[in-house]
Amino acid sequence: MMLIDPHTHMISRTTDDYEAMAASGIVALIEPAFWLGQPRTNVGSYIDYLSSIVGFERFRAGQFGIRHYCTVGLNSKEANNEELAEAVMDILPGFALKEGVVAIGEIGYDEQTELEDRYFRQQLELAKELELPVMVHTPHRDKKRGTSRSMDVCEEHGLDPSMIVIDHNNEETVKEVLDRGYWAAFSIYPSTKMGNSRMVDILEQYGAKNIIVDSACDWGISEPLGVAKTAKLALERGIPKEMVRLACYQNALSAYGQSGQMKESDWLNPEPIDQRTIYEGNSILRGGREPLVEDLSVRRNANNNIIE
Amino acid sequence: MKKAESNIVKILESWLIERLPASDWHWLEKRLNLIRDNNADRDLVITLGLIPRKLARADLSLTQQELATANTLHSGWEPTDWSIGTTARILALRLRSEFDEGSFGALFSNLCKTADLSESIALYSGVFLYPDSEMLDYQIGEGLRTNIKAVFETIAHKNPYPCDKFDQNRWNHMVLKALFIDSSLTPIVGLDQRANAELATMLVDYAHERWAAKRAVSAQLWRCVGPFAQGRMLDDLAKVAGSQNLMERQSAVLALSQSPDENAKKIIADHPELAIKISSGMLTWDQIHM
Repeated sequence: MMLIDPHTHMISRTTDDYEAMAASGIVALIEPAFWLGQPRTNVGSYIDYLSSIVGFERFRAGQFGIRHYCTVGLNSKEANNEELAEAVMDILPGFALKEGVVAIGEIGYDEQTELEDRYFRQQLELAKELELPVMVHTPHRDKKRGTSRSMDVCEEHGLDPSMIVIDHNNEETVKEVLDRGYWAAFSIYPSTKMGNSRMVDILEQYGAKNIIVDSACDWGISEPLGVAKTAKLALERGIPKEMVRLACYQNALSAYGQSGQMKESDWLNPEPIDQRTIYEGNSILRGGREPLVEDLSVRRNANNNIIE
Repeated sequence: MKKAESNIVKILESWLIERLPASDWHWLEKRLNLIRDNNADRDLVITLGLIPRKLARADLSLTQQELATANTLHSGWEPTDWSIGTTARILALRLRSEFDEGSFGALFSNLCKTADLSESIALYSGVFLYPDSEMLDYQIGEGLRTNIKAVFETIAHKNPYPCDKFDQNRWNHMVLKALFIDSSLTPIVGLDQRANAELATMLVDYAHERWAAKRAVSAQLWRCVGPFAQGRMLDDLAKVAGSQNLMERQSAVLALSQSPDENAKKIIADHPELAIKISSGMLTWDQIHM
């Protein structure tokens, strides 16, 4: 089964991860602009970071037969540095038009401060102007109220819920998000956001309409095979294949494809121009190998000790 | 009074008019007129960003006649790999550079710093068509340091800038890096013309490193060694001439045939069939692949 991971921070991941993702069926992924784990001190760092996710990371993914897309935005934590935030807002419009940019994101609230609110709103306006979808990061703390507030603000600015993915949902937030007509994304991130067994429970309860599964893998202890392992577990537990396809592939494509920058033909029938430059083609799609969730421990131990 | 536009602008326009649907050309023409009238960087930046969203992704596919014209306008210009989008972007950049040569290098450098992949390819593909400046030259050095093979090849392959402008050190490192990243030497413009003794030494050292690591050595490497091969380099070529692999044997005998050392003839004499093919022009470096 072809899979999409619509929230991954590959800049923090290794080539082993790319290999394992490709082997487990990932054909495309989306890298949202985010916080690096420590604060950026000037806009130059931001420019280099955004250049990297629109350029080098896209190339790196292509070498493993994975199509790479990204979102650009000022994250909620750094919105609290006003000088930095102002400078980032100046450069964002230029980056939002780069090839493969599928949304403004991830944006939203962290501590729900005034500055976070100001830049969240400014970026919603930018998304509206450029007709781009939005990826909303919902806060880790005070999550339920923060999620409701994020949607209130989107509606205040006249955005259509069908253009907005509310990410990092859990059992407490999902119902309202779906009822209000938004895409509801879940990050399969060990120990904190959502586990895959709980995710399958949610699919059983709510079905797959408007549900999106992602890994949000980053520099923390996280799981680049989050989508693949969820798909596998869901099938094992008897969730119909079509539902798994929606949650782990099609819904992400439908939501972010509204940017006009992400199409199934990008991986099924890539342009020769792309194949010469950034995309090596996916080994699974070339036939032969069945997608599998590879056991990385086979590679990653000292018994396999020849390095050529 | 505006300056008259160059033949380069006219030819780029004519290639696109020939190939774009009328509505797409009208859109591009409008954007180009904005650049002509306002000379504002903002108009250029937005135009570069919109080109892949407005124009179909396709190869330019010039005719033999058109390619010949390109080469007449600028020797070594071989736009066989250019796409429609790359050509449209280069047209916009060239137009902008003709109106204000002085500030172009800094603008070019800034564009490269925030470019996505297809923009990088367009920016570096046209460098020989822009006014010379220190900033432009510096930025091309940055482009060569890229990890992205397609961007490196945009500068190294079918691009006359390196042959026209690089100093010997930058030239030599470009050739060595091409081998290092498994890129072909054949499409480098001026490869034989710019061969030099120092490069030959660097390449032979590199071949020895590869052999020590039990890795294959590209048969193309010997092309830049031949004209300077003497003394112990002939031992290396004799070794390659005895390879199991036909292409390696061919490359060694081709290189030996260009050597100024009299002793090269003795080694060539062991390979009479190849020697005949070379002297009759049936075997050339163009047949030596990666």
